[in-house]
Amino acid sequence: MSDAQQDSVGVVQAQRMRFSEPLALRSGASIADYELVYETYGKLNAQRSNAVLIAHALNASHHVAGRSAQDPDDIGWWDNMVGPGKPIDTNRFFVVGVNNLGSCFGSTGPMSINPATGLRYGPDFPVVTVEDWVDAQARLADALGIGRFAAVMGGSLGGMQALAWSHLYPQRVAHCVAIATTPKLSAQNIAFNEVARRAIITDPEFHGGRFYDHGVVPARGLHVARMIGHITYLSDDVMAERFGRMLRGRAGYAFSFDVEFEIESYLRYQAEKFASYFDANTYLLITRALDYFDPAQSHGGDLASALSVTQAGFLVISFSTDWRFSPARSREIVQALLRNGRDVTYAEVDAPHGHDAFLLDDAQYHALVRGYFERIATEVLA
Amino acid sequence: MNLPPTPPGRLRPDLALIADWIAPGARVLDLGCADGALLAHLQASKGCHGYGVEIDDAAVLGCVRRGVNVIQQDIEGGLGMFGAGLFDVVVSSMAIQATHKTEYVLREMSAVGRVGIVSFPNFGHWFHAWSILRGRMPVSREMPYQWYDTPNLHLATMRDFEDLLGKLGLRILARAFLADGQPVSLLPSLRATQAIYRFAQA
Repeated sequence: MSDAQQDSVGVVQAQRMRFSEPLALRSGASIADYELVYETYGKLNAQRSNAVLIAHALNASHHVAGRSAQDPDDIGWWDNMVGPGKPIDTNRFFVVGVNNLGSCFGSTGPMSINPATGLRYGPDFPVVTVEDWVDAQARLADALGIGRFAAVMGGSLGGMQALAWSHLYPQRVAHCVAIATTPKLSAQNIAFNEVARRAIITDPEFHGGRFYDHGVVPARGLHVARMIGHITYLSDDVMAERFGRMLRGRAGYAFSFDVEFEIESYLRYQAEKFASYFDANTYLLITRALDYFDPAQSHGGDLASALSVTQAGFLVISFSTDWRFSPARSREIVQALLRNGRDVTYAEVDAPHGHDAFLLDDAQYHALVRGYFERIATEVLA
Repeated sequence: MNLPPTPPGRLRPDLALIADWIAPGARVLDLGCADGALLAHLQASKGCHGYGVEIDDAAVLGCVRRGVNVIQQDIEGGLGMFGAGLFDVVVSSMAIQATHKTEYVLREMSAVGRVGIVSFPNFGHWFHAWSILRGRMPVSREMPYQWYDTPNLHLATMRDFEDLLGKLGLRILARAFLADGQPVSLLPSLRATQAIYRFAQA
């Protein structure tokens, strides 16, 4: 595949859809008059059979591919995967990216005005779950005239949404592509999330989640949250290779607590970048959605039973050095699907980058996704 | 296994023979499935449903491109993921001789499936004996490796293999012998290059 064919989807304009009908949430609360921001790439065919939904992970958004119309430097988070001639080929597929409820990239969330009070939701924004997001995405699909997706795909938290689609709307998902994900968080995963949340909540500038009214941002809390998160996305090896014990601009130790090592500098840079665009309340909400995800829970802990209603074909991919959601967690999903006799392919990609690998351009990984979507194309575009 | 390529659309002779032993609609697990040729054939012509198991990246990709379900895993890690009795047939074609824990793999095969089918290169072929008499490790079509780069660890003759099945309490249901892809009935233990066994719990 030449570079010329591996083109970008180009400049994309985000769209917005309003839903007045209240959406019942798993918490028992409901939300009315909400908006979802989304982008689409490619064309929906006459049979409406070529739609692919891309679900985003913690800090990503509806902006999956191409350049944002507002900011040409803002390139979609999965631009290496989605585009003309790319593994998910927008010459064949109609791809939808949607920003989830409670996120901070335009869809209704804690920063939005609560119509009931006229004030920003802040901490009053209802706690949403992965399943709630999927319900909201299904309404968007209805509005776009998509009855059944050729595939629902995501990595990490996005993979959880793909999995939830497969059992909440089995007749609406032809294929489920779940990458670097898990059927539920481990105690260790929840522990990391809790450290991040405590960092935010205990920041004096958090103001119980009403920091907007004080004109401040709990930046220090967000910094620590992002640093701890970032550590879990990288492998020990890739950190050793990229940073090792390299010192920052000095031959020897300064015997101080300022930035000494390159890794410290890198984490601080990532932290500051993150705090400049990400909402603290959203961070709390999304980490909680991660914690709560456990489709087996309502089936006595039996994942096979939870997935027995699925009808999709599945592609499950894990990465050898991912210790956040390790290959063993993906194998739990595969085992549950095998028990049900579902069509499933599982690949364990040997990649050094840890959890982050799902966003990177690994040859074997991308060839697998490309090959799988070529099969989907022969089915749905026949 | 690194066997000579078969023309597109045609199944390798031992795989064609194995396919003949598998009933239409059977649930099939193929251990060391390479690029999924057998499963693709069984899906298309017999309505079977199955999964391949492969460790090799290129083979896994080949299966995905063919539309064959494949699970990337080392078969010597055990088949616990597949669950007891989930399959009608478990196949291992030209792979068993490259396993470390051959006995364990055969046990696992009989745990997850009702019937097992194994093909392997017959080390008892006269050419191998001749080669060794001439002071050289045999290099043949079925085993095209030098002694220092072969993946084959546990080579067996037919009698050796039958003894192991007996030891594991596995009953032979059928056997077939091929020499360069053609059936052999006369003196198969000396003339066959490949042996194929179908077996089940006694």
